[in-house]
Amino acid sequence: MRKLRGLAPQLTLLPSLILVAVTVYGFIAVTMVLSLTKSRMLPRFDRWEGFDNYARVWNHPRWEVAMENFAIFGILYIGGTLFIGLLLAIFLDQKIRAEGALRTIYLYPMALSFIVTGVAWQWIMTPDLGLERAFQIWGWDSFEFDWITQSEMAIYCVVIAGVWQASGFVMALFLAALRGINPEILAAAKMDGASGPSMYWHVIVPALRPAFLTAIVVQGHLAIKSYDLVVALTGGGPGFSTELPSTFMYEFTFSRNEMAVGASSAVMMLVLVMILIVPYLYSELRDGDR
Amino acid sequence: MATARNRASFERGFVYLVLLLSAAFFLMPLIAMIFTSLKSMPEITGAAGFENNTILTPPKEPSVAAWGAAWSSACIAVACEGLRSYFWNSVLMVVFAVAISVMLGAVNGYVLSKWRFRGDNIVFGMLLFGCFIPFQIVLIPMARLLGILDIAGTIPGLVFVHVCYGIPFTTLFFRNFYVTIPDELVKAARIDGAGFWSIFFLILLPISTPIFVVAIIWQFTGVWNDFLFGASFAGADARPLMVALNNLVNTSTGTKTYNIDMAGAMIAALPTMLVYIVGGRYFVRGLTSGAVKG
Repeated sequence: MRKLRGLAPQLTLLPSLILVAVTVYGFIAVTMVLSLTKSRMLPRFDRWEGFDNYARVWNHPRWEVAMENFAIFGILYIGGTLFIGLLLAIFLDQKIRAEGALRTIYLYPMALSFIVTGVAWQWIMTPDLGLERAFQIWGWDSFEFDWITQSEMAIYCVVIAGVWQASGFVMALFLAALRGINPEILAAAKMDGASGPSMYWHVIVPALRPAFLTAIVVQGHLAIKSYDLVVALTGGGPGFSTELPSTFMYEFTFSRNEMAVGASSAVMMLVLVMILIVPYLYSELRDGDR
Repeated sequence: MATARNRASFERGFVYLVLLLSAAFFLMPLIAMIFTSLKSMPEITGAAGFENNTILTPPKEPSVAAWGAAWSSACIAVACEGLRSYFWNSVLMVVFAVAISVMLGAVNGYVLSKWRFRGDNIVFGMLLFGCFIPFQIVLIPMARLLGILDIAGTIPGLVFVHVCYGIPFTTLFFRNFYVTIPDELVKAARIDGAGFWSIFFLILLPISTPIFVVAIIWQFTGVWNDFLFGASFAGADARPLMVALNNLVNTSTGTKTYNIDMAGAMIAALPTMLVYIVGGRYFVRGLTSGAVKG
């Protein structure tokens, strides 16, 4: 009995550990195995296909589009949110009147679901009725904004909506980091004659390195997982021009009954996330071992 | 001297200009949504009498008709009963998913910070990894498991899924919070004979309100806003609001009714917006503490 009581802490942890072990690690293993089978509509583990499913994914024109879009979206989404987030944080840090109200405005999109964001921007970007019409009525007659109907441009609509939604989060990260910089460093830099922009460029921005790392990791993994926004904003279209790895996976698994191919694409997504996350988690936990 | 002052005030003006233009950019979609939801379709399409209407013009004849339609009569797939029942599906799902995942996270965080054992950091790291996985990797086996447990397509099934993938986050929040509470507090209580549970309930719980608020807001927002799990696992009767909203807007046939679409989007957005406005401070803390060390 006493022995059992000594184990109480570990025992209380057990239900959660079992759940996570099964539904995270177990399921990853199952999906990996599935990706090597001939599963189509239902999972089956008796007929093997080997790595041909991965070749099928990589040779598929839709995956090619998905990877190209992922590159465009990933780079512009991370770059855009970092740029706007940093700019707003630095400007907000200049003893601004009504800072609280402005912060609230920049950050509220983070409370919305990507579905709401997608629905709202789809409406705003509707040619003839949305922003296009507004600018024309305000006097800019030749204004055109019909990207959402153009195969080549629609992915940039996804970028705009994504940046709109997440920039406030990066702003909050950077603002917290700015306010956490050791004042002595700033004082020392001032003594050395740094001021204004050069102060920011040479002293403050380098001091924000950890915040940059966090922002890139968080936004990067969101970019890989991105699904809802595309579904609500463009439905993957026009055609499949805004396909992302996530929509590819869903389409093949649930609509086309190509479960093994879908599983292979899911494994590819996991690999992308791991490349980003594992080094980060490793360094976080090592440093955290105080 | 005068030019230096001019330059300083010019810079200041520039900073304010950028901040205000950004505020306009962030507010514009919300304003467009609200205005559109209060207009009639002829006004939206700029029919006779409304030639100068834009998405950012305030409604000439404001009406909540579209809100009523979105709530109780708009057609989603074959049923024309609005978003109402899906709204309550989401409420039910959120209440249980948040309560269970937050309670489990609190106990997990307590064990991982105050009852350290060998390998606890590895356990924590393995839990943390669950925060980042792309959920596409678990969709197929989860569908199977829900079938085996006989909760496929149901709200309890969705609650189960959200609890599984909420635990890593809630554990992270509570663990990082309890780490900052001095160990001496726990040690002193142990010397006084307090056991595992009494230390948790009598010493830690009373001071945990802030982190409970953070975890509840985080989970509430995440579960309420979820689309992927709802779309993958919910049967017709258990569909959450976000899935229904997407169906309302993107799969309806015939002319698009933008006013009803926007009213629906506002209905879906209001609960989390409200939480954000009331508990903004805790919302931001959740966002950044999930990401920032310590």
